[in-house]
This record gives sequence, C-alpha cells and structure tokens, in this order.
Amino acid sequence: MSKPDIDHVSGTETTGHEWDGIRELNTPLPRWWVGLFYLCIIWAIGYWIVMPAWPGITGYTHGILNRSQRDVVTAEVDALKAARHARETELAHASLQQIQSNPDLLQFAMAAGRTTFADNCAACHGAGGQGGHGYPNLNDDVWLWGGTLADIEHTITVGVRSTDPNTRQSQMPAFGRDGILKPEQIDDLTEYVVHISGRAANAPAVARAAKLFADNCAACHGPAGKGNQEMGAPNLTDNDWLYGPTRADIRDQIWNGRGGVMPTWAGRLSPEEIKALAVYVHSMGGGE
Amino acid sequence: MKRKTSAMTTATDLPSPLRFDLALFPALLALGFIAALIEVARSPDPAMVVQAWTFMACMGGIGIFYLATYAGGLPREERTGYATNVIKAGVVASMFWGIAGMLVGVIIALQLSFPNLFYFPDLPWTNFGRLRPLHTSAVIFAFGGNVLIATSFYVVQRTCKARLFGGSLPWFVFWGYNTFIVLAGTGYLLGVTQAREYAEPEWYADLWLTIVWVGYLATFLGTIVKRKEPHIYVANWFFLAFIATIAVLHIVNNLALPVSLLETKSVSLFSGVQDALIQWWYGHNAVGFFLTAGFLGIMYYFVPKRADRPVYSYRLSIVHFWTLIFIYIWAGPHHLLYTALPDWAQTLGMTFSVILWMPSWGGMINGLMTLSGAWDKLRTDPVLRMLVVSVAFYGMSTFEGPVMSVRTVNALSHYTNWTIGHVHSGALGWVGYVSFGALYCLVPWLWNKKKLYSNALVEWHFWVSTLGIVLYITSMWVAGIMQGLMWRAYNDYGFLEYSFVETVQAMHPYYVIRTIGGLLYLGGVLIMAYNLWRTVRSSETAATEPAVAPLAALEAAQ
Repeated sequence: MSKPDIDHVSGTETTGHEWDGIRELNTPLPRWWVGLFYLCIIWAIGYWIVMPAWPGITGYTHGILNRSQRDVVTAEVDALKAARHARETELAHASLQQIQSNPDLLQFAMAAGRTTFADNCAACHGAGGQGGHGYPNLNDDVWLWGGTLADIEHTITVGVRSTDPNTRQSQMPAFGRDGILKPEQIDDLTEYVVHISGRAANAPAVARAAKLFADNCAACHGPAGKGNQEMGAPNLTDNDWLYGPTRADIRDQIWNGRGGVMPTWAGRLSPEEIKALAVYVHSMGGGE
Repeated sequence: MKRKTSAMTTATDLPSPLRFDLALFPALLALGFIAALIEVARSPDPAMVVQAWTFMACMGGIGIFYLATYAGGLPREERTGYATNVIKAGVVASMFWGIAGMLVGVIIALQLSFPNLFYFPDLPWTNFGRLRPLHTSAVIFAFGGNVLIATSFYVVQRTCKARLFGGSLPWFVFWGYNTFIVLAGTGYLLGVTQAREYAEPEWYADLWLTIVWVGYLATFLGTIVKRKEPHIYVANWFFLAFIATIAVLHIVNNLALPVSLLETKSVSLFSGVQDALIQWWYGHNAVGFFLTAGFLGIMYYFVPKRADRPVYSYRLSIVHFWTLIFIYIWAGPHHLLYTALPDWAQTLGMTFSVILWMPSWGGMINGLMTLSGAWDKLRTDPVLRMLVVSVAFYGMSTFEGPVMSVRTVNALSHYTNWTIGHVHSGALGWVGYVSFGALYCLVPWLWNKKKLYSNALVEWHFWVSTLGIVLYITSMWVAGIMQGLMWRAYNDYGFLEYSFVETVQAMHPYYVIRTIGGLLYLGGVLIMAYNLWRTVRSSETAATEPAVAPLAALEAAQ
C-alpha cells in the first residue's frame, strides 16, 4: 500500500489506500453537514420531550403535551357534530314543505345528501341517479316503493330484500324456471305485457293470456297491470322497464322472476344523513 | 490517476474437480425437484400444482446448466481469473427483467388512466391487483436484484483482488435467485400472495429465497475473507450491510405457518398492529437496505471509477455508513402514522426519519463531490452524467422522505399519489439511473470492448428518460397534493366537499401524463438494450489496455 499523498486537483491528502485504482481523499466532514445532523438530533430530542416517545416496561413517556391522536380525532369529530347539530335536529323533524321553504335547511340537506349519495348510492344507481339494467332510475317519476319523502326515507333505512327484519320485501315467482307455467303460456303472457304497455302485440296470444294474467299476475301487479307500490310491484303499463323493454327481456323476467337487493343503510348512515339523502333523492326529479 | 492493471494473483483455492459445491448444489436441485414432484402429485391446490411445475422446470434447467458447465471438468474461467460469466448473466437478466417490469408498469398505468379499456374480467390474471405486485417485484427484486448481484460480484472481486468464493456457488445464487423471481411473478398472476407489500411471495418461495440468500451471503463474505487487499473498500461495506440486513428482514417478516404443506396459503405469525409494524419495519428497510445501501455500494465503485477521481471523503463514508444503517432501521413506523400504531411508536418512526436526512445525504455529498476536478466530463460522458444525476435524485428523494414522514405533512400525503411520485423519484431517478450507469460501464468491461456501440444513443436514453421522470414525478406531486386536499375538504355545512369518485375522476389527466412519462422511461431502456446488444456484438475488442480485464492481463503475462 502506498503512503498518504496529496491529490493534486483538490490539494487534499489521500488516505493512502487504493482499490482497483480507486483512492480516497482524507477530506474532513463538511461542517454544514455535521451542523444539520446535530440540529436534527436536537430537534428530535425536543420532540421526544413534548410528545409521547419512548416505551418503558409498563408504559411510555407521555411527553409534556401528553398528546393522543385518539383524543384529537374525537375532539374534531365532536366539533363537527356540534356544528351540524342544530340543523340536523331541525332537519330530522321537518316536513317536506318546511324543508323546501327554508333555503338554509334545504342547502344543508343537499350538501349532506350529495356526497352521501356519491359515496354510497352511485355505485349502483349511477353518479347522476340515472340507474342501469336492474338498478332503478331515480330521476324519473316511476317509483317501485313510493316517491314521497317518507317513502324514500323508509326505503333507504330498511333496504330492499336486505338483512333488515323490516326490509321492503317482494318476490316475483320464477314462473318458468320453477315450472309454474308452461313455456308457451309464458310466451302468451309476454305478448300480454307488451300489449298493456301500449305496443302492438299478437292478438290471439293476448286473448289467451288474459285469464293467465288475472290468475297469476294481477294479485301483485293489479288487474290492469298498473302495479302496486305497497308491494313493490312495478307498473307494467308505463313502458318503463327495470330489466329491459324487449320481448326477450320481458320473457326472461317472467321466467326467472328476478329481484334486486338494496342494503339497509340504518346503522351505516345516521338517521339525519338518511333524511338528507332522502331529500337529495327526492329532488332528483321525480319526488312526489 | 492511472488505472492499475495488476496481474491476477488468485487462482481458485480449491482443487478440482471433487469439490463440495459440485456435490451440494446438484443435490439441492434434486431435492427441490423431488419436493416439487410431490407437490404436483399430491397437492389439491391448482395454483400450487402450477407453481410446482414451474419450479421443477427451473430445477431441471439449472441442472442441465450445471451438467453442461461442469461435466467436462472445471471451465477455464474458474481456473484462471475473476468470475465474469455469472456477472454477464446478471447483466442480461437485469436488462430482461427491467424491460419486463417497466412494461408491466406502463400497462397498469394505462389501466388506471383508462379503466374501461384495460379491464378484462374474463382474464383474472390481467387484473390490476395481480399486475401491480408483478410490476413492483419485477422492477425492485428482478431488475434491481440482478443489478445488485451482478455489480456486487464484480466490485467485490476487483476491490478484494480475489476470485468469487465458492466455486459454482455464485452460479447457484444467480439461478436460484431468478428461480425465486419466476416463482413469485407467476404466483402473483395466479393470485397467490401473502398480501404483504414487497413480500407478496408465499412461504415456499420465501424458503427457497432464504436458501439462495445464505448462498449470496457466503459468496460475498467468503470473497471478502480471502481478499488480497488489507482494507475492505467502502462499496463492500454497503453491499454486505445490504445482504446481511435483507436476510434478517426477509426471515422475520415472512414468519408464517402454511395452512398445509401441499397448499400455497400461509398465515402470518403476527397479528393486528404488530403484524403491520413488522411488515413496515421490513418494507421501509427493503427501501433502506436493498434500494439505498445496495445501490450506494454501486455508486461508491462506479462513480469514482468512471470519473477517475478519488472518493471525496473517507471519513464521511465511515460516518454516514454507520449512521445510515443505525438510524434507517428505526424509520419503518412512519408508514403507519395515524393508524392503530401507538403514538409513541409513531413519534420514534417520524423523528428517526428526520434524523436520517443527513446520513442519507452523506452518500450524496460523497458521490457529487467525487466529481470535483472532473465536472467537465459531464458534458462529454453521458454515462457519468447518468450516474451523477442518479445521485442528485437520491439527494432529492432522501430529503422528500423525511419531509413526508413528518406527521402534519403525512396527514396530507399519506395514501395519495404523492407517495407514488416519491417512490418513483427514488426508483426511476436514483435506482434506475445508477443501475443504467453501472451497466453501461460493465458491458464494455465484461465483454472486453473498447467502448459502447454509440454514445449518441446513451444521450438519447438520458434525455428521453429524464423527460419521462420529470413528467412522472411532477404529475404525481400535483395529483397527490390535489387528492389529499380534496379528501379533507369540508363545505360550509360541515360535510365532505367531494365524494371519493370525484377525487378519482380528478386524477385522470395526471394518470395520463404519468403513463406518458412511464412510456418515455421504458423507451429509454429499450434504446439502452439495443445499444448494449450492439456493443456486445461489435467486433472491436479492447486492445492493449483493457479497462478491467484481468483475465486478458493474466494471459498476456503468461
């Protein structure tokens, strides 16, 4: 090994070591580097003194401030709740007319409802409430379970075919799959439903299906097929279709008797949030 | 400083051909093959069966390699000089995995930008959730790991003046490690995962990696022990710290009980917040020791070598080495700020992250200041420029890291794209560039060529990928800070201003910019691959004074 010598470019002494042609300068530590390093350590010690920091056998150093994230969050949530409280209480007891005539309360409900809807409902009902195949459109005035503020609020609270004991519940039989009706009878009924929705249909089939409809369908959908919101039975005459308008769609529905599920939001959302959500949904266009 | 081309002094110390390693490794391969055969025959888990077939194919392939290499006695290379073929293999594997991993990165960036177009529900293996760990593991462990194996094998031999220890052990390390990569990557596509970030491979892959890693440690340590230099060069301290610490991290974080020896699934030995803390103790130190210490080892050899200047400060290298490895190990809890982790543990994670700032910067100072007296070379040598810019990105991301670990900053940055931007300024800027720089140096040295095929193509690589990095990290900064602000925005009535989906929608333009950045970066690597390929194929061999080719020197001496 060579002895320490001077690097001519920097004028600094080398350590005298050499590995595969690589040498090292014996430059002292940069003073700003040492200074900042100590400064960071001093800052950390200061932080340890004021904040919870070092564990012991049975506990930890709480620091002068004895700060706890849990307390901070609790305080922030409480402050938010307090700020909302007056309007929430007012909203909970307000009727539709009262809400609509009080701009401040209406805006409050809409502000709460908008993000609550987007975070919880939009996944199925669409960002604008436009619905989709099997998911009801909330913008129109077609309502399966009623479109008044109280109806909407109740539907959100208990859900549809949900786990809630008081859930909205309806079950259309699977007439084809379960062999209740014969395939040709279902073909006739399909023509009948097309007919009452105001479209051209095969007249002999419609005639054959009149008794079938009265026996099998009218109990829920009504003798004229106008539906029944008490039972969640859709109106078949308005030409508005949850599972599609074509003969194949309708036949498929009679065959399988599908029904969607909406979860119960009680417990997930507060009653005040549900009320605000109902106001929001009611305002989407079709509220009664 | 003139390079010293000393005559090679180390022939292999062990007599041939009856060597311990030549019995042990084939036996190990056979055991692996049989274990996989049992899994194929008996496992009720279809994913395990596929994994076992894959492993069997790898064991068979390595077995054939051993036969081809050693059946006719020891290859000439093992009798005469430094081991270079295994390093060449590492270079090729690095380029292959680098391109593959970055391509997957571009694909998942496209999936985030255009979720409707790049969504194939009938092909579950194309799901983002499976491709994302494939990307991270491919670039970190497959690309980065092979770069580290190749460069550490190269550097330790040159700076110790000793051939790699263990005969065929380095080959076992190379093939074994790449078998692990294949097993892990195909596992992710099958949906096999421990769901631990950067530690997704399941128990059997972890066991295999443990065996391989012991081999790596033995190779490296053995070479250092038989060195012909009185001192251990600083690059080797960093490589050794990387290998030793990763061994500890890997074993502890993967302590798990398999549901059955015939199935892929295992259950962690830890639970709840302890599990999370162990995971991020591992996760952060994978960054600290794999992506920092290991690549600092590369920096400490290739920067002074390429600049042909002495390392700036020996004292700084000692002080920043010991402070870095002592302090890094504490910083993991900063990944768990504002979680169920106790306040005191969060405080320690945060404060040690801030103290870590200067130890990290010690490496940057030593890297940059080594250039003093040679700054003019940056104009003419794009490879050196890449190495230096990598050190600059290292400095930037090791400043950003402590800043983000501060509680109040973290409250904004955590879970946002800012974190992704931070990771990629380190990954693309630091790890990527220092690796590219090292590979650009290594290829002509290893294949005994006078120079690279084209310096102009290196310039293209440099500028195209720099533009890519800038687009990537700036778009993610903007996206991340915007995301953080949108999440915490309240309206006048005390309700969230934005729904979650609105914050996702707001990310779209930035995701597209990020994809373009990633494409440019990948494009740069493709240019590099072409350039290296042409370099290897060129007929211009290095003439009388090879940069580093002791084998040739030895032959000349004979």
